[in-house]
Amino acid sequence: MNLETNYMGIPLANPLIPSASPMTGDLDSIRRLEDAGAAAIVLPSLFEEQLRHDAEELVHHLDHATDSYGEALTYFPANDEFAIGPEEYLKHVDEAKRATRIPVIASLNGSTTGGWTDYAREMEKAGADAIELNIYRIAADIDVSGPDVEQSYIDILSAVRSAVNIPVAVKLGPYFSSMANMAKRLDDAGADALVLFNRFYQPDIDLEVIEVVPNVVLSNSHEMRLPLRWIAILHGRIQASLAATTGVHTANDAIKMTMAGADAIQIASALLRRGSRAITEILDGMRQWMEENEYESLEQMKGSLSQKSCPDPSAFERANYMRALQRYI
Amino acid sequence: MNDRPAVMIDGNEAAAHVAYHINDVIAIYPITPSSPMGEWADQWAAEGRKNLWGSVPSVAEMQSEGGAAGAVHGALQTGSMTTTFTASQGLLLMIPNMFKIAGELTPCVFHVAARTIATHALSIFGDHSDVMACRMTGWGMLAAGSVQETMDLALISYAASLESRIPFLHFFDGFRTSHEVMKCETLTPDDMRSMIDESHIAAHRARALSPERPAIRGTAQNPDVFFQAREACNPFYMRCPAIVQIAMDRFAKLTGRSYHLFDYVGAPDAERIIIMMGSGAEAAHEATDALIAAGEKIGLLKVRLFRPFSPDHLLAALPKSVKSIAVLDRTKEPGAEGEPLYKDIQSAMIEAWSDERLPFDAPPRVVGGRYGLSSKEFTPAMVKAVYDSLKAERPKNHFTIGIRDDISHTSLEVDESFDTEPDDVVRAIFFGLGSDGTVGANKNSIKIIGDETPNFAQGYFVYDSKKAGSVTVSHLRFGPRPIRSTYQVGSANFIGCHQWSFLEKFDVLGRAAPNATLLINSPYGREDTFRHIPRKVQEQIIARRIKLYVIDAYEVAKAAGMGTRINTVMQTCFFAVSGVLPKDEAIAAIKKAIKKTYGAKGDDVVKKNWEAVDTTLANLFEVNVPDKPEGNISIPLPVSGDSPEFVQSVLGEMIAGRGDNLPVSALPIDGTFPTNTAQWEKRSIAQEIPVWDPKTCIQCAKCAIVCPHATIRIKAYDPASLSTAPETFKSTTARGTEFAGLNMTIQVAPEDCTGCGICVEVCPAKNKSEARLKAINMAPQPPLRKPESENYKFFLDLPEFDRDKLKINSVKGSQFLQPLFEYSGACSGCGETPYVKLLSQLFGDRSLIANATGCSSIYGGNLPTTPWATDADGRGPAWCNSLFEDNAEFGLGFRLTTDKLGEYAREIVDRLADRIGGREVADALIHADQSLESGIRTQRVRVAELVKRLATMDDVEARRLISVADALVQKSIWILGGDGWAYDIGYGGLDHVLASGRNVNVLVLDTEVYSNTGGQCSKATPRAAVAKFASGGKTLGKKDLAMIAMTYGHVYVATVAMGANDNQTVKAFLEAEAYEGPSLIIAYSHCIAHGINMRVGMDIQKQAVDTGHFPLFRYNPMLRAEGKSPLQLDSKQPRLPFAEFAYRQNRFKMLTKSRPEEAKRLLALASQDAKHRWERYKSLADAEAAMAGIGITNK
Repeated sequence: MNLETNYMGIPLANPLIPSASPMTGDLDSIRRLEDAGAAAIVLPSLFEEQLRHDAEELVHHLDHATDSYGEALTYFPANDEFAIGPEEYLKHVDEAKRATRIPVIASLNGSTTGGWTDYAREMEKAGADAIELNIYRIAADIDVSGPDVEQSYIDILSAVRSAVNIPVAVKLGPYFSSMANMAKRLDDAGADALVLFNRFYQPDIDLEVIEVVPNVVLSNSHEMRLPLRWIAILHGRIQASLAATTGVHTANDAIKMTMAGADAIQIASALLRRGSRAITEILDGMRQWMEENEYESLEQMKGSLSQKSCPDPSAFERANYMRALQRYI
Repeated sequence: MNDRPAVMIDGNEAAAHVAYHINDVIAIYPITPSSPMGEWADQWAAEGRKNLWGSVPSVAEMQSEGGAAGAVHGALQTGSMTTTFTASQGLLLMIPNMFKIAGELTPCVFHVAARTIATHALSIFGDHSDVMACRMTGWGMLAAGSVQETMDLALISYAASLESRIPFLHFFDGFRTSHEVMKCETLTPDDMRSMIDESHIAAHRARALSPERPAIRGTAQNPDVFFQAREACNPFYMRCPAIVQIAMDRFAKLTGRSYHLFDYVGAPDAERIIIMMGSGAEAAHEATDALIAAGEKIGLLKVRLFRPFSPDHLLAALPKSVKSIAVLDRTKEPGAEGEPLYKDIQSAMIEAWSDERLPFDAPPRVVGGRYGLSSKEFTPAMVKAVYDSLKAERPKNHFTIGIRDDISHTSLEVDESFDTEPDDVVRAIFFGLGSDGTVGANKNSIKIIGDETPNFAQGYFVYDSKKAGSVTVSHLRFGPRPIRSTYQVGSANFIGCHQWSFLEKFDVLGRAAPNATLLINSPYGREDTFRHIPRKVQEQIIARRIKLYVIDAYEVAKAAGMGTRINTVMQTCFFAVSGVLPKDEAIAAIKKAIKKTYGAKGDDVVKKNWEAVDTTLANLFEVNVPDKPEGNISIPLPVSGDSPEFVQSVLGEMIAGRGDNLPVSALPIDGTFPTNTAQWEKRSIAQEIPVWDPKTCIQCAKCAIVCPHATIRIKAYDPASLSTAPETFKSTTARGTEFAGLNMTIQVAPEDCTGCGICVEVCPAKNKSEARLKAINMAPQPPLRKPESENYKFFLDLPEFDRDKLKINSVKGSQFLQPLFEYSGACSGCGETPYVKLLSQLFGDRSLIANATGCSSIYGGNLPTTPWATDADGRGPAWCNSLFEDNAEFGLGFRLTTDKLGEYAREIVDRLADRIGGREVADALIHADQSLESGIRTQRVRVAELVKRLATMDDVEARRLISVADALVQKSIWILGGDGWAYDIGYGGLDHVLASGRNVNVLVLDTEVYSNTGGQCSKATPRAAVAKFASGGKTLGKKDLAMIAMTYGHVYVATVAMGANDNQTVKAFLEAEAYEGPSLIIAYSHCIAHGINMRVGMDIQKQAVDTGHFPLFRYNPMLRAEGKSPLQLDSKQPRLPFAEFAYRQNRFKMLTKSRPEEAKRLLALASQDAKHRWERYKSLADAEAAMAGIGITNK
């Protein structure tokens, strides 16, 4: 069974890519993922803001309360050498490249224009096969307009695109007034792939302590429908590859995504729940289903139920509950 | 200067630089002011720097200086080049080994930052009392007087020691030299190789113990041969001075800097001579030059080689014309006929005279004097006073200089107007806060000027006795010639006042020269600043024609994103105004220095600082000073006029920075000071203070128990008292049956609070409508200062609640007790002091406290004021600090006395039964049940009655009983100290005291690091944490002191962490105190040395427990008798990954930035440590439960 696919110009043995998560943060785990059949990996994101925060925090603590009291003019050894930049991340890119034969995609979340481009260049230098821009922005400022937010995505992509020669993917959230137009603009700006969609951590309220708390919840299969819809709509309409992320847990999920038009399928929650064997299970299931249903290759299946190719294109644009309602009546 | 690089370093680094290059093995232990030498050695080794011999020295931290000396001795015996660094009490602990090392003729050098020995008080500052205590050891002693000399004589010491086989103490003055930053010429490895003859090292190694050529040393000798053998070393000592001089000559050839055993400076025909050693000789040199220029026939003899003392070299160095000599000693030997150097000079003269080899025209008259104890200033004016005193027919002998001795009248009068500071030297004084970065910026300025100009530079920094809100005064000099001014700037041509409030607190212009420049960080701008300045300061500005500049540095720093760090802004202003460098050059140099300082820590920080530099000049203004003062702002008194006379006349003067002017008669003769004095020092250092919201408050009292400075108080009282309450005084109905019908108030002390915010963090109550607000919230202090001060005063006057009615075994109940430990000088947000305060609340009125040296002895006993307080009856903790190493034994001594005198008193009561009211009265006194507080109070009444009755009896037994009657009242003995004491230096004694079975209570304030000396690793330091002396991260786990103590079976042991379980903390304190045997409480204490946001310190404590790193338990041997398991686990199975606790703290996190791989490895092991620790306790608890027959614990 031929599961081969091409993701932003990179040939892959199959469409399954462990997405940026703790699972791709250490070499042993990466090796296990490769053994299980992963076609490529996306490393955890390098967060520029985190690096800056850490550097400032380090300076603060090294300086804090110094030169105040005669017996304790400092509280830490006067070490001059600190790796406060992306050194550790770049080392991980390099080591991941050496540890595996599959493509390694670095993931970047910048906070300044300089940061996006500088770190992207360094990732390329460190051997990354591609870069995934993990752009997310909760547009909470009531004075910033939608077009401004959209433009900031384009600006970041353009800057990175012109800074590196390797493929650049953009991972983004669904919260745009015109998702399709946004995808086209990113395509025009040179995105080699769109990764749909970023799943934001949503805050919760803890009633015991009466506090807002971050609440990390792993995805479920039903959450794949949002990316499924947009991949189906975009397939064949833009040049960029499409990667699905969020909610793919089973072979059936992966097959559906492929039919919608995904070139690659990123998974994280399934791996966090079931470990690397989730990949093997999904791949085996895909092969079995394709065999049973007499598909020869993934390419054959890819986009077969995209909006362009499906019998009822309006299905992807209708509000489902309306249809359900009408049926009831 | 030739091709040797010029560096700006302090004396410690200068000594460490040489020591590191020459030695194979370095044994270290922290003690102020020598700790930085060990820190440098440890850091360089961690960085992999190699010594002269191409290898990284082995740097080993020991458990005490005694241990370091032992390790040094062993390493020497086995052939290593070995050294150590120490001072003061540390050096005393090395003395036994020093005798051995010298007795075995072993080449070795110790580097000593000479520091005062503790006598009537401890002092961290410099004098020669420590090195003088080593005179008998047989060590050579070379004294350095400046940073350059410190480096030079370090090398000469090694050369001489190796050749002579005499070990050397190479010493320099603590703080004055150890911490003075100075432009020096570095000795290169080539210089060192040139000076060290490797054949001597080979010979040293050949003499080493080896089973290949076995020998034994350290034999026991008997009367038949010991004496003769002891005399066998004489030739080595006789040769030594010449060897030293040869080494000095070789050094002079190499570097151009010439030294002699005795260096004479002065007129060839001098008649009056001063002889001295150390840094004071530099000030004397400066004064001597000035006086000679004025035509005086004087001279100064600097003693370099104090031991072996060479009379021949001494006599040869003095001019024939000498008529009178003053020998200055920086030490005191009470009861002796003179101090050591004086006596050496005297005996050299007498010997030479009696041998008829005195080379002078006539025998000179020799007098001795003391100066500079505990870093007391020694100035050219004092030098002149000494020279002047020698003009007398019979010069005063055994004099003192630099103080006013109105008791024994030893002191010489000083004409303070004598000043030798040259006009071409820039002399600057900066008043700053520790937290504003002033000192750091000044150190940077010294580097800039030293590096960028041919000028010489010197910086000396005076620090506060308080750790929170501390004030620093920097003294900087820049000039065209080497600077010998080893004293604070006396006449400054530039003064920087970096905090507006200092204008009201200190005499900022007291040392301003005429036409000096004053730069003020002012919030008032160019137009308004002058009229806001106190009138007295205005008058000084006008009278001295001072040029005034202002900048709102906080605004500029804030705009640049630097928060309250105004260092860069003020530094830029200094360069702009002082003209010490052309402006553009200065700015470029400042930026370069910023890049160098912060470059490794991130571009953002560099950019922010650069931005601050760029925006500074536009905000710096010269103020037009009017001809007359404006307004009438006065300078407040340092302490309230309501305070006792002693507080006003002595402590108040110290607070105001005028302690140097106090005469001998003002001070206690034996170091005894009144307690209860911190209340008078209103420092008002908090920018924000907590404000209570009675409506939201649930009256849990957590805010009060965690308050490190006892500035949140709770009282319940009759609502009728409110009739006279100030308008803004808050009150609400008190909850709880014991408070029925009463009101309660949580009151903040606005001028004593340090603004740490811990209270707000722990407050569990939330405002129902706005969840960001709690029952206690921070608000700006200035508008609250006055009304809340009035409220606090009213609050303090409310009566204390009846202790017997309180449920003191709860957090809430304990916090209605009056703290007898208040407003200490501890860091803002300190993790130790809440425990100390709790102790004072529960047992303060009957406690005797033995306090190991460390943070707790400093915030507990550092003058001017002391935080230990008294209750309304005048009772309160009686406190003493003996030493660092002996605290457990010291506290045991309290117990021995208390028990013995109690027994003795009961014996007399028994004998006098008939005469003191009969058998019943006697039995009540003898058998009083004092297990509860109420019993103690009843016994106090009995004792008072007894004393009254005894006073009427004319009887020897009655008089004896009066003197010991207090012992009939039970005392609570507490032994306090940090982990450095309990785990390391004092462990042997602690172990013995616990084993003794006596009823003492030990409270270990476990910060997991030597906090007071700046964060050195102790055996309590957890694995993976970075600490000084473990700069590569500690590779082994934390010692389990609690487990060790439990093995005795008869010791009450508890671990507590107030932030994790405050109720358990209170219970543990009560149980420990009630236990009739030794008790050990190990209290997890977050610390500024952990690199944390101190405000969340209690939450980090909780995490320490939740990860299993610091499991809570109580082991109460009494429970076994009740058929229960003695070990009760008070914390649950770890439920938090260790990393979540660790990586909130810089001590762990910084390793991930410096050695990421090692950090990962160590963190994994530290996580295992935490897991295993919990499992060990769990299995032990299960085993104990099984033994007690109550099954497995269900935690």
